[in-house]
Amino acid sequence: MIWNEAKECMSRDEIESLQSARLVKAVNRVYHNVEYYRKKMQAKGLEPGDIRGIEDLHKLPFTTYEDLNATYPFGLAAVPKSELVRLQASSGTTGKPKIAVYTRRDIDIWSECAARCMTMAGITRDDIIQVGYGYGLFTGGLGAHYGAEHIGALVVPMSTGNTQKLVTMMVDCEVTAIACTPSYLLHVAETLRDQGLLDKIKLKVALCGAEPWTDNMRSQMEELLNIKAFDIYGLTEICGPGVATDCEYHKGLHIWEDHFLPEIIDPVTGEQIDSSEYGELVITTLTKEGMPLLRYRTKDLTSIDKTPCECGRTMARIQRFKGRSDDMLIIRGVNVFPSQVEAALLTIDGTTPHYMMVVDRKDNEDTLEVQVEVEERFFSDEIKELEALSNKIKATLKTAIGLNAKIKLVEPNGLVHSEGKTKHVTDNRKLYEK
Amino acid sequence: MLAKQVTVFIENREGRLCEVLEILKENDINVVGASIADTSDFGLFRMIVNEPQKACDALKAGGIMSKLTDIISVVVPHKAGSLEKVLKVINEAGINIEYMYGMSSQNSDAAIAIKTEDLEATQALLEKHKLTE
Repeated sequence: MIWNEAKECMSRDEIESLQSARLVKAVNRVYHNVEYYRKKMQAKGLEPGDIRGIEDLHKLPFTTYEDLNATYPFGLAAVPKSELVRLQASSGTTGKPKIAVYTRRDIDIWSECAARCMTMAGITRDDIIQVGYGYGLFTGGLGAHYGAEHIGALVVPMSTGNTQKLVTMMVDCEVTAIACTPSYLLHVAETLRDQGLLDKIKLKVALCGAEPWTDNMRSQMEELLNIKAFDIYGLTEICGPGVATDCEYHKGLHIWEDHFLPEIIDPVTGEQIDSSEYGELVITTLTKEGMPLLRYRTKDLTSIDKTPCECGRTMARIQRFKGRSDDMLIIRGVNVFPSQVEAALLTIDGTTPHYMMVVDRKDNEDTLEVQVEVEERFFSDEIKELEALSNKIKATLKTAIGLNAKIKLVEPNGLVHSEGKTKHVTDNRKLYEK
Repeated sequence: MLAKQVTVFIENREGRLCEVLEILKENDINVVGASIADTSDFGLFRMIVNEPQKACDALKAGGIMSKLTDIISVVVPHKAGSLEKVLKVINEAGINIEYMYGMSSQNSDAAIAIKTEDLEATQALLEKHKLTE
């Protein structure tokens, strides 16, 4: 089933001429309404008239996290604050979160995009869907919620944190669809299995996102739960879940090109490359009013397939992600940068001790262990002092990154101190297809 | 009397304790008392040695961090009630004992190493009760 056939199945020519027209408008809008972009364009000797269509996209300046940080919180807003109706945020590399603001129309378009994704996964107004993403600043909960409501499904806003209640309601309310992170769904599946409830559920479909996952995980959850599972992609800066989803043929995620203009660049040189080659995904928002972004560098590494899809949709497909061009980790769906951990450790005693983040996945739940070297200034002959230090680090990290980490105190020089940039992360999960 | 204790932070892994003792042996340092306080991830190896500062330096040269801490050593004769007598005095003064372990003494008596929350007060107290050696 297709939610908006007129848009999702346009010919490539129609898509590109619509993109060109919308890009020209978007560039005009940011040039005249966002001082930061105007200056960025002027620095490149660009005027709005220089951008006549998508063929001129490569001339435009990039937007990076550093730009968001420099304009935090509202410096990239293109409308007066009275026009804004929503703010969402996710972690940034340092203290400041990445913020995105939305007008009412932005929310409508986001809902439309999420509705297309839901429909692509086979969810309809007859479904009862549990949203198991966190509700709040994180876009997952509200994004999936609005999308599901838009198609008329019955939404059960579970949010996160109470698996037992989710499982009970899944059985009692005959829930047929779920939106949550893939690792959480596997955790739910195992809970159902352990409680002998697998044959009591009516679940048919899962729409999973907010973290990378593999085909192996897909077949694991499809088999265990006897459902179909789909991958949904989004990022706070663009709009959250609803940017792209895969159809039943699972040959990449259809990206809504009438709203988001994708391109692929070489992450090192910044040159635009043929989009069928692997590189960094860069997205320009074409219809955003609140915080339009020109050439936003997602740091996600992928390629784009524009060939027709068997499902009938013509919108290009983002291929499986192969990793990231920065050091961001996604742990239990939460974006974490090693620099955040470093900054938090700095607050403990003024200087950063040597540390190592060890990320793993046990029983389908991500685990984070932060190993910290006990330097002389922390050292005590009393266990209680060292335990107090460990608890203080744990609490500080919880505040900084929003995750409970296991703290392991290790001997000084117990961690590998490589020359130059010390390696601070060991990720033992298998998140990306080889 | 006041004495220096050498404390070493060690991760709970095989052979680590031996590495510490090997360094001490190679530097001709005699261990006269020792205890281990452990958690699931790490332990504190506390020792009384004949040359504390030399032990610390040797361990440091071997890449092992240690620390000198004051403790009180008290001789307890080999007879029933002698340990109780010492602890009772400290307890009645309301001084909290952080940890304690056995060590050898110069003669045939036993001895204990005690760390309390207030070493000076403890020492004065023991002197008053003529419990110091």
